Amino acid sequence: MLNKTGVPTLEQVQSVFFNEVTLSSFKAVIECYEDIPCNPCALSCPVKAITIAPTLHSQPVVDPDVCTGCSICVSVCPGLAIMLAKVQGDTAIFKIPYEMNETFSPQQKVYALNRSGEIIGEGVVLSVSNKKHQNKTSIIEVQVDKALLHDFITIRGIHHG
Amino acid sequence: MRTYDVCIIGGGPSGLCAAQRCAEAGLNTLLLDRSPSLGGQLIKQTHKFFGSKEHYAKVRGIDIAKLLQEKLTSFENITILTETTVVGIYEDFVVSTLHHNQYKKIQAKAILCAVGASEKFLAFENNDLPQIIGAGALQTLVNQTHVVPGETMVMIGSGNIGLIVSYQMMQAGMKVNAIIEANDCIGGYKVHASKLRRLGVPIHTKSTIKKAIGTDKLEAVEIIQLDEHYQEIPNTSRIIPTDVLCISVGLSPLHQLTSMLNAKSAYIQELGGWVPLLDDTYQCSVPGLFACGDMVGIEEASSAMMEGHLAALHVCAYLNQSHPQAAELIPYYENQLYELRNGVHGAKTLKGILKRKEAMNAQ
Ligand SMILES: Cc1cc2nc3c(=O)[nH]c(=O)nc-3n(C[C@H](O)[C@H](O)[C@H](O)COP(=O)(O)OP(=O)(O)OC[C@H]3O[C@@H](n4cnc5c(N)ncnc54)[C@H](O)[C@@H]3O)c2cc1C
Ligand code: SF4
Ligand code: SF4
Repeated sequence: MLNKTGVPTLEQVQSVFFNEVTLSSFKAVIECYEDIPCNPCALSCPVKAITIAPTLHSQPVVDPDVCTGCSICVSVCPGLAIMLAKVQGDTAIFKIPYEMNETFSPQQKVYALNRSGEIIGEGVVLSVSNKKHQNKTSIIEVQVDKALLHDFITIRGIHHG
Repeated sequence: MRTYDVCIIGGGPSGLCAAQRCAEAGLNTLLLDRSPSLGGQLIKQTHKFFGSKEHYAKVRGIDIAKLLQEKLTSFENITILTETTVVGIYEDFVVSTLHHNQYKKIQAKAILCAVGASEKFLAFENNDLPQIIGAGALQTLVNQTHVVPGETMVMIGSGNIGLIVSYQMMQAGMKVNAIIEANDCIGGYKVHASKLRRLGVPIHTKSTIKKAIGTDKLEAVEIIQLDEHYQEIPNTSRIIPTDVLCISVGLSPLHQLTSMLNAKSAYIQELGGWVPLLDDTYQCSVPGLFACGDMVGIEEASSAMMEGHLAALHVCAYLNQSHPQAAELIPYYENQLYELRNGVHGAKTLKGILKRKEAMNAQ
């Protein structure tokens, strides 16, 4: 599936997600399902919550007990494969990397998209971060319905149609 | 005629790293590039790079080019000539250059070629219509000269370049209507493919372009599905309207310069086509002629840089002016290359390098 369409299966997605108890605070969810020679996520994590071993090609694994949800790895990943997720009441809150030209502002209503780019619902932007260390990759905090936890991946402005 | 210890042809990541090491060893170094600015492919890359710290991972390509150039500024023994195309190399190591319509000659004791690769094109009906363009040219147009050639695009090829250029064009405001791939799997890293999919870009594997449609300029493309033998499946074609068609079906190493000196070469499919044969010191079959980077096998900037360092260290040794840290640096870069190639994506390269070595030994 992923090999042919670029869309991972639900099982793949679930294999990198944590349970709701663990997700009571932000945790890094890494969707890097292929052995590629890359490791900036692991090198940049200030608390060493990400392991890439035994080789540079191994896939990253997050230790949720160590991850503080600081979001440093989110803007570092060249594959835009890392987001933070948290469950709060009946909502899911994400911090996603974003590199397109559309701009978003807090309280803005947006479309929630799945991994195939289809609209699966609406969400609200909570914050937008563009710190210098992010090197032009924005981090957008979005709140969506908890039912979308394993489906949501990115956003699009509603005016866009 | 000016003379130098070493003439490095090509100022991409490989040539830039090589220039640094040659200069550190005290060689009187000339670095030539046909482009107005140094950096090779890097100057068109606005995305963050893969790899590890040593390969400037997470830094954007264009910024890596700047970092590599900064390392050269402190040396007085490097001469850099841009907009200078090497048009010939002769047996006495005279290098003939063309700069602003003027031919000049220089001479060097050793020559290191790091000229990179050229794009492959694809044969199909109407492939000469305006708005059909290679990925490299499209990047130059959009990322360097800031001209966006249309509103919509179809990309042929799902290797890393096809995927990355599609993403860059979306950042420039174009809509990518489809990515077409003849193989049954996406060629590039899946993280790049997923980035596009979530933005709604469809990727069609086992498909190819049948023809381009349009009279004065491109209006649409006809896409057709392929079976497992890459034969067209009748009645599966469909028309996708588009302003631009981008072709990204691979790169061929530029072996022509080393071939001018009759350096032995071989066609090695795993490395992208005809490549000069090399010994373990990146030396061609002609003593004093060295080569590295994409021109000896299509890989990545990460490996091109490591090869540039290594080839330069061997050039210094060849000229009896060994780099003071050669003993540590050579195993260090060898190990870096080993790590980079030690995965699924590197297996093909390793096979190609083995073939290149066997062909060299058989000569
Ligand atoms: C779209 C795209 C995305 C990429 N993404 C990545 C990535 O994420 N990570 C990664 O590691 N790599 C990436 N690469 C690959 C990387 O850019 C190349 O592997 C690398 O640039 C090769 O370096 P090089 O120095 O061998 O050749 P080049 O970068 O091609 O440089 C060759 C230089 O030689 C000069 N030259 C050629 N002929 C002559 C001549 N006759 N006279 C004088 N000068 C000459 C050219 O002007 C050029 O500057 C990407 C490439 C592309 C196209
Ligand atoms: S969010 Fe912070 S702590 Fe958690 S894995 Fe990423 S960098 Fe490490
Ligand atoms: S930085 Fe991103 S692409 Fe690289 S290994 Fe980490 S998750 Fe994968």
